[in-house]
Amino acid sequence: MTALTPQTADFGPPAAMRDTPINWLKKNLFSPWYNTIITLVIGAIALYAAYTFGNWALTTAQWDVIPRNLQLLMVGRYPSELYWRLWVLLGLVAVFSGLSWGVVARRAPQLYSRNILIGLAIAAGVCLLVPTPLPYRLLLLALLLVIAITAWVGQQAGQRLPALGTWISFGWFGVFVTGLILIGGGFFGLESVGTNEWQGLLLTALTAAISIVLCFPIGVIVALGRRSPLPILRWLCVAYIEVIRGVPLITILFMGQVMIPLFLPEGMRPDRVIRAIVGLTLFSSAYLAENVRGGLQSIPRGQGEAARALGLNPVLTVSLIVLPQALKAVIPAIVGQFISLFQDTTLLAIVGLVELLGISNSILANPQFLGRFSEVYLFDALLFWGFCYAMSAASRWVEAKVNVDH
Amino acid sequence: MTYQEPIGATKTVDRAGRSDAMIVAQDVEKWYASNQFHVLRGVSLSIHKGEVVVVMGPSGSGKSTFIRTFNALEEYQKGKITIDGIELSHDLKKIDEIRREVGMVFQQFNLFPHMTVLQNVMLAPIWVRRRKKAEAEAIAMQLLEKVGILEQAKKFPGQLSGGQQQRVAIARALAMQPKIMLFDEPTSALDPEMVREVLDTMRSLAKEGMTMVCVTHEVGFAREVADRVVLMADGLLVEEAPPEEFFNNPRHDRTKQFLSQIL
Repeated sequence: MTALTPQTADFGPPAAMRDTPINWLKKNLFSPWYNTIITLVIGAIALYAAYTFGNWALTTAQWDVIPRNLQLLMVGRYPSELYWRLWVLLGLVAVFSGLSWGVVARRAPQLYSRNILIGLAIAAGVCLLVPTPLPYRLLLLALLLVIAITAWVGQQAGQRLPALGTWISFGWFGVFVTGLILIGGGFFGLESVGTNEWQGLLLTALTAAISIVLCFPIGVIVALGRRSPLPILRWLCVAYIEVIRGVPLITILFMGQVMIPLFLPEGMRPDRVIRAIVGLTLFSSAYLAENVRGGLQSIPRGQGEAARALGLNPVLTVSLIVLPQALKAVIPAIVGQFISLFQDTTLLAIVGLVELLGISNSILANPQFLGRFSEVYLFDALLFWGFCYAMSAASRWVEAKVNVDH
Repeated sequence: MTYQEPIGATKTVDRAGRSDAMIVAQDVEKWYASNQFHVLRGVSLSIHKGEVVVVMGPSGSGKSTFIRTFNALEEYQKGKITIDGIELSHDLKKIDEIRREVGMVFQQFNLFPHMTVLQNVMLAPIWVRRRKKAEAEAIAMQLLEKVGILEQAKKFPGQLSGGQQQRVAIARALAMQPKIMLFDEPTSALDPEMVREVLDTMRSLAKEGMTMVCVTHEVGFAREVADRVVLMADGLLVEEAPPEEFFNNPRHDRTKQFLSQIL
């Protein structure tokens, strides 16, 4: 027996295998010899690009166009005396984001891990440096604080109330409806704001959010319909998917903006923003349906058979057994679809809606800011990247949390 | 006898004249829709209350397909099947009624991976039998204790061994308090050292008087537990006998040939 006792003294891997930075560099960047060449060439290109860009950004670029037009870029011609409504909405979103974060992470040992703290610090720095009047900067900082605090509240409450997650899902729906009322007004004595005054990033975020919320259930229903045993329903769903997928989005949007008014009398034409949202939703639903169908097909037949053998009817079988597993399997694809939907809202500029890209174009048309394309578009790109990266990071995080279970 | 006939049920009398038949299959024929293959070619079998019947046969003989017709997971085109006095038909209500009374255990367990063990067992009592959550949980815990998995109740199926998963699947089927249990090769996907724990669970279930139909190749289990063993080959029921006679003294050449291959 004694011979089997491990000798704990010096049993580590040999020195060349240990994880020191030098070893890492040697292993990954400089061996074998052709790797060294690739490293050097790519490194040189990267350095040159960084130098050229840095040189332009610090010397040639005239960034004043951004702070001077920041409000236009964000909310366009939205009446400034009603900004408080947007801040209230942001506050609501912050509260529910924090709560959701806390509830999803309720079993995590440490809510504020080192990476999260670094992220929060960076976000706080960005909030303080935004080129806008000081009160707005402080408001942004307050929103960040609200998220951090409500996350803690959500974690504590989530450990005690198992049903909280469901309530927060309903809460999000409430936030969505409240948000529409806050932005548009016209209810509860709130002054009405016409859709032609919804502009800039506000319009981008709004059209994307509404389309995402609407296209998800439609996509799921169409995907289920495509697998239905009823032939007529199945054919209708296949036809919908194939027609929409065969037409570019810009065509659908043009049809909505240009052709529908031709067919309908003056008083019956739906609002332009609504027409755009319908177009985006119809388009995304078809793609989403195909993603969801992929998920449905990945679920083994035995799952449905087991559910039916237990006496569950077809509706319960799909909603309790098949769909939850199918959706979980395709979270990345679904979020990918949401991200591209968010980016596709830029096409609305082409059909004449003044979303972020549209308002950027009109700012660039102002003789004062002639030729500042690079600055403005770079800023737009940064905003888009921020939103999209946040979505994909959140999806990866949720996916990891969901899959921890098994 | 205090057995109450279910309301509206027709009294079923099988060929032997016994009236306590739980399953009566008469000349069941089935063709696969995809390739017109004649998989069941007129199979008749009746199974009484409390009886354990083991179905054996080479692969492709239609034995799984046959027992899957008992809870309408497979359709059949000709013949007649009556389960506990209710005739299987296309009437969806009746199919659901029958599925509530017939539990099934699958070769691949088919546990729901996104639910805990406890949730798997509680699901059908809550959604199909409309039990209160606390009541369903009490039933589930009791069954999990019976199959020896109580301490794993909060785990997910993926964290359990194959044998444990199959015992959970048995508990899940029992939670509906079925009158009949169907086992479709319950030990074929298990590692050898886990076969025994599943067979033990089935054995104790048989001792309690459950009506059971088992497709299995476990000769030891069949010898000890079965009241009757039947052999299916090429979509026909070839031999039907008590286990002693079936294994020691088979009448048909097809049975002798099959036994020589597995014994």
